[in-house]
Amino acid sequence: MTAAPKKTVLIVLRHSPYGSGLAKAALDAALASAAFDQAVDLLFIGDGVLQLQPDQDSTSLGMKNMGRQLASLPLYDIDHVYVDAQAAARYNMDLSKAPLHTRQLDDHEIRQLMVGYDHLLGF
Amino acid sequence: MIYSLLVLSSPFSGHCSRSAAEFAHCVIARGHTIHRIFFLDAGTLASAASSVSAQDEDTSLKGWSELADQHGVDLAICITSALKHGMLDQVEADRHERRCATINPLFTVSGLGQLVDACASSDRLITFGG
Repeated sequence: MTAAPKKTVLIVLRHSPYGSGLAKAALDAALASAAFDQAVDLLFIGDGVLQLQPDQDSTSLGMKNMGRQLASLPLYDIDHVYVDAQAAARYNMDLSKAPLHTRQLDDHEIRQLMVGYDHLLGF
Repeated sequence: MIYSLLVLSSPFSGHCSRSAAEFAHCVIARGHTIHRIFFLDAGTLASAASSVSAQDEDTSLKGWSELADQHGVDLAICITSALKHGMLDQVEADRHERRCATINPLFTVSGLGQLVDACASSDRLITFGG
């Protein structure tokens, strides 16, 4: 990889964990960014909040447990994780038991958050 | 301005892959630069060498081949997604004991580091699909 100036990146996760390959693709992109020492934060919005469902069990789907993989992100210094409070409420989610420690944001705060980054990567 | 594109969806479902190619043409026509186009997840199917389209439809490679041939645009596909979708270059076909390569040689099999580099090296990174 060429030496380039650091850019701040917000990965925006918009899809449910097992409905497509996108949740996994986003997670892989986040881990790759961390591996190359790039600053990356996460924002779960819309159906993406379902990725934060506690006690996920994907055995019967034959897929890797996304919740368990999310739980490993702090080990890679990915510490700033934001969540769409309105979507979390719509799905009646208990974020205190989510695999990651998150900060809930309302629509206005989400807009403010997004403008602060060099790049948004939407999955 | 330097642009990079991230393509997430299959050229065989919806229009996002095609829109990405057309956007890239417009970026170049306006005098900007495309640093890289990175294909991830089902987006890697854009590289399919042996896909056959109906006679009255464009092939999935159409927009991409012009970008690579005429403008030297770097078309990089994520190796993990590519293998999962059966998109192999000759090296990967040999490594995994498959009979032949399945990607068009316009595309390069590479790692997610190339997406990270595209973020770091570009003024704008635009996502298509997902």
